[in-house]
Amino acid sequence: MKVLVAVKRVVDYNVKVRAKADGTDVDLNNVKMAINPFCEIAVEEAVRLKEAGTATEVIAVSIGDKSCQEQIRTALALGADRGIQVETEGGVEPLVVAKLLKGVVDKEEPQLVILGKQSIDGDNNQTGQMLAALGNMGQGTFASEVVVDGDKVNVTREIDGGLQTVSLSLPAVVTTDLRLNEPRYASLPNIMKAKKKPLDVYTPEDLGVSVTTHLTQVKVEPPAERQAGIKVEDVDQLVDKLKNEAKVIS
Amino acid sequence: MSTLVIAEHDNSSLKGATLNAVAAAQVMGADIDILVAGANCAAVGDAAAAVPGVGKVLVADNAAYEHQLAENVSLLIAEVGANYDNIVAPATANCKNFMPRVAALLDVAQISDITAVQSADTFQRPIYAGNVIATVQSADAKKVITVRTTAYDAVAAEGGSASVEAVDAVHDAGVSTFVGEEVAVSDRPELTAASVVISGGRGMQNGENFKLLEGIADKLGAAIGASRAAVDAGFVPNDMQVGQTGKIVAPDLYIAVGISGAIQHLAGMKDSKVIVAINKDEDAPIFQVADYGLVADLFDALPELESKL
Repeated sequence: MKVLVAVKRVVDYNVKVRAKADGTDVDLNNVKMAINPFCEIAVEEAVRLKEAGTATEVIAVSIGDKSCQEQIRTALALGADRGIQVETEGGVEPLVVAKLLKGVVDKEEPQLVILGKQSIDGDNNQTGQMLAALGNMGQGTFASEVVVDGDKVNVTREIDGGLQTVSLSLPAVVTTDLRLNEPRYASLPNIMKAKKKPLDVYTPEDLGVSVTTHLTQVKVEPPAERQAGIKVEDVDQLVDKLKNEAKVIS
Repeated sequence: MSTLVIAEHDNSSLKGATLNAVAAAQVMGADIDILVAGANCAAVGDAAAAVPGVGKVLVADNAAYEHQLAENVSLLIAEVGANYDNIVAPATANCKNFMPRVAALLDVAQISDITAVQSADTFQRPIYAGNVIATVQSADAKKVITVRTTAYDAVAAEGGSASVEAVDAVHDAGVSTFVGEEVAVSDRPELTAASVVISGGRGMQNGENFKLLEGIADKLGAAIGASRAAVDAGFVPNDMQVGQTGKIVAPDLYIAVGISGAIQHLAGMKDSKVIVAINKDEDAPIFQVADYGLVADLFDALPELESKL
């Protein structure tokens, strides 16, 4: 079984992102970039499927300019077998990403596509679902457990207040939540080996997809600042403030 | 202009998140209808009809929609939604599952998690976990939108008398089946829906000490959360994590205990109405966002707080 994993290059989760002074975009100059944490979980899951003998090949795909090859190499160092970059200029919208991934799915015909549930930059939480719709595939979003069983995959999903398990016909799409696994660290030998693994580059034209714009970012700005608070002396004063000033407890 | 709001429900009751979504739809200024997709869900349709300002309620009552499987429900919504300018749903786990699928079927973008409506085509939404607010303009004729429920006060649940119509369309994509559900049985509210949240961080020292939060949580009817540091240290499971890569919460009262206030945690809770921080390090960044800060050893402060509530 072939598994396709999508990875995205995003700002490292430890970086505090700021809007540029002119409000046109966020300031990404000299900011540390990394693989999106949810995508890392997706790679880990695919690699575990291969280690368990369920998957025969793991392909890591990323969409973006040449710099995203760095994240593909990270995925290769974590255990993916080969990489695909779909070359685009700058960021593209989730719908277009989904169409490009659909193009890759048509070429590679994986039985399972694993993606992060969302990227920590745009926070859209759309791509996996859109890909599933475009391919008329079943989807197991926000997965905390993935069990492949013959021509089906059972996915346990994080829902509000608990867990839900669905059974999907393969091929299917899975998006990862935090509890699915804890990604490994890439070892130095594996990082070296990853440099020699194959990495193909496609253009959107190769995949028959036109890059369209549906949403325009008009402005970015910092959120409303919180009013500076006060320090209370002791627990008594805290309880008093919560009761009588903030009125949030009775 | 017309807006179709997708009801959040469990086949027996209409969930409050629907009322937040209706509030956002009202700002859009269009005629509002509600779609209820489920099985044996007539009671939900009746509850939706009682929401003031709703024109009609469309009820698709069929076994194919019982568990609101995204593959089936998205086909229904795309069909029914063809007649509307906006398709709006609360950004619950359930609606986040199927709404992007609807958008892809209609070949339009989805505008996720909006917090403000500026005009018919322009919306605000938090990106980078709320560290930045983006204003986005949609070029699509039809808009598929999810609403961050904490950004809108719920409309009244009673007082309206919309008509109820049955929708006969049955869509079964045939690629997915429901296996089972394990809904956490807890006396405590769910983290993202709780009006009070008390969270522990690395300062709790171990998982056993989270018991200190339980007594307070019981008295306040609070949910219990944790920082990523506490989760990474193995104190508590990942589903308790509040933060950029965990759950985003905005309760009326958020109590951060032994949490330093890393960016990634602040991103998940800084929209709370009132924030209390208890930490023995008076320079901890958490105090910069706290309305009330108590510099104290949590092992002294927590038992005292519990006894005084």
